Amino acid sequence: MTLLEVKNVVKQFDGHRALDGVSLEVPENSVYGLLGPNGAGKTTLIRIINCITAPDSGEVLLNGKRMTAEDVRHIGYLPEERGLYKKMKVGEQALYLAQLKDMTKKDALKALKYWFEKFEIQSWWDKKVEELSKGMAQKVQFITTILHNPKLLIFDEPFSGFDPVNAELLKREILELRDKGATIIFSTHNMGTVEDLCENISLVDKAKVVLQGNVAEIRASHATNTYQILTKKALEINGFELIDTQQKNGVFESTIKKEVSDTNNLLLQRLMKQTEILSFQEILPSMNDIFIDTVSI
Amino acid sequence: MSKISLIIKREYTTRVMKKSFILLTFLTPLLLVGMIGLIVWMGSIKDDKIKKIVVIDHTNLYKDILKNNESYTFEYVDKQIDAYKNNSEQTKEITALLYINGNLAENPEAAALYSEKQVNMELKSYIAGQLNKYIEEQKLAAYNIPDLKLMVEKSRTDIDLKTIKWGDNGKEKQGSAELAMVIGMITAFIIYMFIVIYGAQVMSGVVQEKTSRIVEVIISSVKPFELMMGKIIGIALVGLTQFFMWVLLTVVISMVAGSVIGNDIDVSSLQKMGQMQQMGMPTGSTQALPPELQNLFAALNGLDFLKIGGLFILYFLGGYLLYASLFAAIGSAVDNETDTQQFSMPLMLPIIFAIYAGIFSAENPDGPLAFWCSMIPFTSPIVMMVRLPFDVPAWQIILSLSILIFSFIGTTWIAAKIYRTGILMYGKKITWGEMWKWLRY
Repeated sequence: MTLLEVKNVVKQFDGHRALDGVSLEVPENSVYGLLGPNGAGKTTLIRIINCITAPDSGEVLLNGKRMTAEDVRHIGYLPEERGLYKKMKVGEQALYLAQLKDMTKKDALKALKYWFEKFEIQSWWDKKVEELSKGMAQKVQFITTILHNPKLLIFDEPFSGFDPVNAELLKREILELRDKGATIIFSTHNMGTVEDLCENISLVDKAKVVLQGNVAEIRASHATNTYQILTKKALEINGFELIDTQQKNGVFESTIKKEVSDTNNLLLQRLMKQTEILSFQEILPSMNDIFIDTVSI
Repeated sequence: MSKISLIIKREYTTRVMKKSFILLTFLTPLLLVGMIGLIVWMGSIKDDKIKKIVVIDHTNLYKDILKNNESYTFEYVDKQIDAYKNNSEQTKEITALLYINGNLAENPEAAALYSEKQVNMELKSYIAGQLNKYIEEQKLAAYNIPDLKLMVEKSRTDIDLKTIKWGDNGKEKQGSAELAMVIGMITAFIIYMFIVIYGAQVMSGVVQEKTSRIVEVIISSVKPFELMMGKIIGIALVGLTQFFMWVLLTVVISMVAGSVIGNDIDVSSLQKMGQMQQMGMPTGSTQALPPELQNLFAALNGLDFLKIGGLFILYFLGGYLLYASLFAAIGSAVDNETDTQQFSMPLMLPIIFAIYAGIFSAENPDGPLAFWCSMIPFTSPIVMMVRLPFDVPAWQIILSLSILIFSFIGTTWIAAKIYRTGILMYGKKITWGEMWKWLRY
């Protein structure tokens, strides 16, 4: 079921077109990735979804109804440019932001206690935000974004500024939120996280969606018909191309490329005639490769 | 708790808890009272060193005219001026040298005071006064009319004109134009100060929220209008808190200081005295007061402090709200604090104009300048305060307040439109034309 739908959104800033007929559908209870190089229009799209900027044409639908500013009050939004009141204490500020999201003081305190313990940052409660490092402040902001258990979460570049350990922590939390029923949209240019997290993506380049769909399907469709094969004996070329082969501990490791028209089974039959197959695996392009491939065209 | 009250609470508490606010709130009345005390004290102490003035009188007409007193001694010498001019040893010992080389009755410019350092006004006027008196007496004596001196003295008059206002029921109230002017100017100046200081606080608060990008998070929780009004109201409450604290502290400190020093200037007892006097009750101590002071207290009583105080709060709030929303709009439009100066100039001009209009209105509180400036909402909070102690007709106050209220609703509406677009607009050089466009979104 589609939770959020962006229909044919166009946004023009003086001189240049930031978004040119962008459409996408975000299924409920999934993680959706917005990819694209810098300046592609990701943040503009996110701001339009959040009703911060209005599109010149097109619309954003939530559960089939036009998204209103009132809907936005219930979502969790982590903007690209993080910001907290620098002079305010961490706990005080988190409580304030939670109350602005309609949480009662009691609920907010309870939820904050849970999250501060989970992230092991209880000692920051009485610190001023200006005393925190950028990554630390980001953790606090992440908590304030998800605290009110929003059904829809929008993160703009959530991983920027995090060290690998904290990025891993964040990934786990995002998946956990999804398992609890939330729908998450995030923008990134970190392709590794896309493969780990996203079910669906849209790749935006130069104001247009250039690639869209299920991550597994996209990778399969970008398959280069190459396989990695472990065999007991060296392979002889027979209806396929041998790209690379080497012997390791008495096992032959080869990379081969088949004809597009041949099926996997046909290829296997040919190989079986030659030697015993220990392992057979298709090499799928990484999202990184697909990204660079698609964008540079 | 509603969202706007949450915002008001945050704006209020973060400001009131600031060390600078607490310090300023407590120190200002202390400084004020301390400064007045210092001036009084400094005026009361005399330089106990006796200053020596050498007199060279070539005419020999003015010997022993200049009397020694507790500050100055005069020494007549029979030397040439050059003896002092180049002799620094001798010159150091004296404060000044009075040189007379002509008949002052015929040539008033024949006397001069020489010194190494600039002589003070007191000495100059003392010498001039003594000489004037002597020469005047001599001139009078030259008419050869007996008792002329006495006649002149008797004919000297000093009229102290009392101003008495007729109240509605024919009750007489003693007024004082000077007092009205002082009270009007003080209240006007306080309003001026608060609009400028707290208006600027609203502006920099908005700029900070914008530059720290927190505004995007907040705007996804509350309406831009709520955020703007929350800030404006929160800061207004800070201003009112500060004002009431100042009034309270000034009264307390001056009472404490008064009782410690044993001064007889005690605000509450003076007021009591004035009240008793007005009620026609004879008070022993009132009789002892000099007539100027009695008049002052009568005049103080003649002023309607409740009315002036109440209208002060109304004009303070009205003026502040009118300007604060515009300051917020400007804060939202710019990208950094330095840009605010350029755009806040058109806002500062009417405020500064208002304070000048107020000063001139005090001279003629019912003139056309005073009238029109107390109607125009951008100047009325300041100018009307100047006029109030001079008794402004009720219809003018009501009209001026209504205009002010409708105007601040108008400016808030305009400001909210600019604010809601500007607050989320980054990296764009803002022009007035651009802001005009936002207005019509």
